Amino acid sequence: MSLAFEPRLTRDWDDPSVIGIDGYVAKGGYQGLTKALAMADTDIVEVVKSSGLRGRGGAGFPAGMKWGFVPRHTGQPTYVVVNFDESEPGTCNNRELVERDPHRLLEGTAIAALAIGCETAYLYVRGEYLWQSLVLERAIAEAYAAGHLGPDVQGSGKRVDAVLHRGAGAYICGEETALLNSLEGLRGQPRLRPPFPAVEGLFASPTVINNVETLMNVPDIVVRGADWFRELGTEKSPGTKMVTVSGKVERPGNFEVPLGTPFRVVLEELAGGVLGGRTLKAWTPGGSSTPMLTAGHLDVGLDYESLAEAGSMLGTAAIMVMDDTDCVVDCATRMVRFYAHESCGKCTPCREGSWWATRVLERLEDGQGKPADLPIMHDLGTNLTFRAFCALADGTAAVINSSLQHFPDEYEAHVRLGGCPLKVEHLEEVPA
Amino acid sequence: MAVFEGAVREDADVIMARYPDAHRRSAVMALLYLAQSVEGSVTRDALREIGVLLGITTAEVEAVASFYTMYRLRPTGTHVISVCTNLACKLRGAEAVYEAAHEATGVAHGAELSDDGLFTVHEEECLGVCDFAPAVQINFCNHDTVGPERIRELVAGLRAGEVPSPARGPAFGSFRAASRALAGLEEVPSA
Repeated sequence: MSLAFEPRLTRDWDDPSVIGIDGYVAKGGYQGLTKALAMADTDIVEVVKSSGLRGRGGAGFPAGMKWGFVPRHTGQPTYVVVNFDESEPGTCNNRELVERDPHRLLEGTAIAALAIGCETAYLYVRGEYLWQSLVLERAIAEAYAAGHLGPDVQGSGKRVDAVLHRGAGAYICGEETALLNSLEGLRGQPRLRPPFPAVEGLFASPTVINNVETLMNVPDIVVRGADWFRELGTEKSPGTKMVTVSGKVERPGNFEVPLGTPFRVVLEELAGGVLGGRTLKAWTPGGSSTPMLTAGHLDVGLDYESLAEAGSMLGTAAIMVMDDTDCVVDCATRMVRFYAHESCGKCTPCREGSWWATRVLERLEDGQGKPADLPIMHDLGTNLTFRAFCALADGTAAVINSSLQHFPDEYEAHVRLGGCPLKVEHLEEVPA
Repeated sequence: MAVFEGAVREDADVIMARYPDAHRRSAVMALLYLAQSVEGSVTRDALREIGVLLGITTAEVEAVASFYTMYRLRPTGTHVISVCTNLACKLRGAEAVYEAAHEATGVAHGAELSDDGLFTVHEEECLGVCDFAPAVQINFCNHDTVGPERIRELVAGLRAGEVPSPARGPAFGSFRAASRALAGLEEVPSA
């Protein structure tokens, strides 16, 4: 299979002029907003619903349905919150989308605001994306000056303000209720649901929280319609998806593909194959929080349903590739250590489980493992799954469970040999 | 007030005006960055004064400050070097880069900063530059595909007073300058 389709989100990536508002407008930018202003708010929700656009941040929840949950005309303010906290290990496509095409995000955000009757949108940007936040601040200033944002959007009399808010280094703030707490000036810990944010979100008002890529699909859906959007992708996973490929590949990078594209095509045609022509061993389909898969899953389609069937998830479509020289226990140790560091501490299974799992994995890798450690790891995996408030613990469990499931021999070898069977340095590809 | 006085107080007013009056507490994160830009880290005085500005307790401010890794509550070098060692970077050799950063800066493991006060070294979780691993930030400016040799060059440059050009965007010449931009108080160069 070769990959031939008309790119959508990346179509202007070779044209640096679209970073500025004049270039963006010259390419047809802000026409979706013009069209949305002439539509009833319910019709905007309807077209996004019919498009089948699903949240690109990980959960895959239908975006139009999310918008439809917001109660209308209650007299209470409503809010749109843009989740640009992109922190899932291995994920950086929102970063490049914003670097190259910031106005498309603002246009999608403004349309979402019209759809739910919102006058103030907050853009939550992870602190480490300092440059990207500056790109957005500049784009916001340009959009205000041109009248696409502000008290009188395109002369319609409708107000949409955009306020940029920077995070400060916390993975958990990508979880939408933790993000809301962070935005309210609290520690970024998740909230109990219900109430869901659509009913009681930011400042206890109805709130829609959408990922960057999700919103960047919206202007085209409004301009070209739901049927056009469904021309690519699968029936249940329509449209394209940005994938990030990293780790042991020849050409790491962000690529746009129709949903359902087999992993093999992404690996071989877009990322240039496994680094140095070595053998694929394991890969994460959607960041470290999605169960890892193996070389036996090369032909799995990258879409919500196919990956669920293969025992994993699309997540953020962040593909991290490990080759035959990489130790799965070593990689799992690093991933689980991440969850131990990022656990907000609210729930005991997550706070304690991720810490203990890191200790056990470290001793396995260091050659101090005991036969009893393997049942302990199985036990930890089981007791982390669906036992905590939010999905962070499930991410920890995904690493543990999937590595044990696919690579039991490698775990056992660590105990039997008293150390890592792959403890060979492969540093020739490290850049000078 | 010791920290938020004069021009700094005016900056604080600009930050607080971004949020509705009834929800002024939302300004706490940007105010912490502002304090950090003035003092080089977040001090006890700053925690207390931010509490006064927002009408919340010092403990509530500290609860926020201690939750996030980009606020430094302890002595901090002029430059903060952040090395990602999460999986995508680890697979491309980041652990050697992290060790080289410690060696070149003279920051001992577990120490807050180098003896000369120039450097703090952080081991980072995913910085979102997996396409150019190993990823490094110096004062939150990105440097792409940094190997051990390159980190030694970058550190040597900083010692000589140079500000290295980042892979994208403008350079911030110190942790304080970057913190000011993080407070949203920098002019953005035009596109």
